[in-house]
Amino acid sequence: MSAIHYDAIVLGGGSAGLTAGIYLSRAKVKTLIINEGTVGGQMVLTHAVANYPGVKETGGYQLSQIMKEQAKEFGCDIKSNVEITKLDLKSHKKLIEIDDDEVFTADTVIIASGGKPRKLGLPSEDNFKGLGISYCATCDGDFYAGKDIIVVGGGNSALEEAVSLTKWVNSVKIVHQFDNFQAHKHAIVEAEKNEKISFIMESEITEFIGNEKVEVVNLVNKKTGETETVPTDGVFIYIGYLPNSEKLKGLVDLSEYGEIITDEDMQTNIPGVFAAGDIRKKKYRQITTAVSDGTIAALSAIDYIQKNN
Amino acid sequence: MLLGTNLKHIESEEQFQEVINNNENVMICCGRMGPMCLPVYDVMEGLEEKYENVAFYDFAFDSPHAQVLRNHELSRNFMGLPFTFYFKNGEAVKATSSIQSKKQVKENLDTFLVKE
Repeated sequence: MSAIHYDAIVLGGGSAGLTAGIYLSRAKVKTLIINEGTVGGQMVLTHAVANYPGVKETGGYQLSQIMKEQAKEFGCDIKSNVEITKLDLKSHKKLIEIDDDEVFTADTVIIASGGKPRKLGLPSEDNFKGLGISYCATCDGDFYAGKDIIVVGGGNSALEEAVSLTKWVNSVKIVHQFDNFQAHKHAIVEAEKNEKISFIMESEITEFIGNEKVEVVNLVNKKTGETETVPTDGVFIYIGYLPNSEKLKGLVDLSEYGEIITDEDMQTNIPGVFAAGDIRKKKYRQITTAVSDGTIAALSAIDYIQKNN
Repeated sequence: MLLGTNLKHIESEEQFQEVINNNENVMICCGRMGPMCLPVYDVMEGLEEKYENVAFYDFAFDSPHAQVLRNHELSRNFMGLPFTFYFKNGEAVKATSSIQSKKQVKENLDTFLVKE
């Protein structure tokens, strides 16, 4: 199996990866973006983007499609929905194998593999996906018109989506594991003043129960240990994100949460390997900060190529 | 009413019947242009070349004609988009609700739409 060589390979096709692809390709650096999911990453999951400077309001999908077209027009190759089956980052020439049958090498690699929604991790969770368990209010809200539902989580997404769901549903119980919310003040205020919303604090779901769809959930109060069975028509889960770094363990330095550690130039502990976007250890995760990371990583990669070839 | 994908589209109940009757293996994703549906269309577009024995189609969920899938027996408890159906010799042999990964789609194609 002969390898195809690129100057730079970007792992991930979200806002950070696409930005890196745009900058690299425009600089005439032969670039390939390898994406294990859908191009656009978590940006695609965003219904409305209203705070991206220069764009009054657009959909996350629309924005991702423009970024993708920009990258392709500058000559960037993109492979999406593939599986990375081998990764060698430590050698001078980096090697990436996909789907067990295509091999690529590169002088430099930018890791921008982003994150994925965190799940509760209960065995019954996967069984009821789409059958009473949802991760997208805008997609599935209308299936729950007039119903009584639960939203799990205490961050901005959970509280904002709970308020959004009250357009359709009869009632929302917000179940949160702590005694206070992590969301911003405005989101908490909006949820608290909504008459359809009530709160079950310091509790978590231990099991989803139903025949063909979710009918009840078992809850446990984390403070008292008391258990409770709550009838429900559906559960929406918003409990944060996990970095897509399973395949990077032992290859690059990661934080205790699995995020890649970089310096301000997006350089990892491995020469020629950079990281950008939500996969990186940092405080703020926005499309704008991912775009910034992708820009810096691309410029650093260009500098690395020029100095090492 | 058409979806903005690169898949072939089903636009009417009549066309739906023709598609499932004239193809041994058919996969249809019935959804909208939303966050849970787009990844499934993307997976299907990527698999079209590899699964030449399967006809891949989308069907706009909000089209009145899509009631054949919205009200299908296999989707009676579905509460998450997209509704994805697998047909063999005109019969629905599998249906899933909500987002599916490439691995999950391939498993269903390999299990339910095996080349005879």
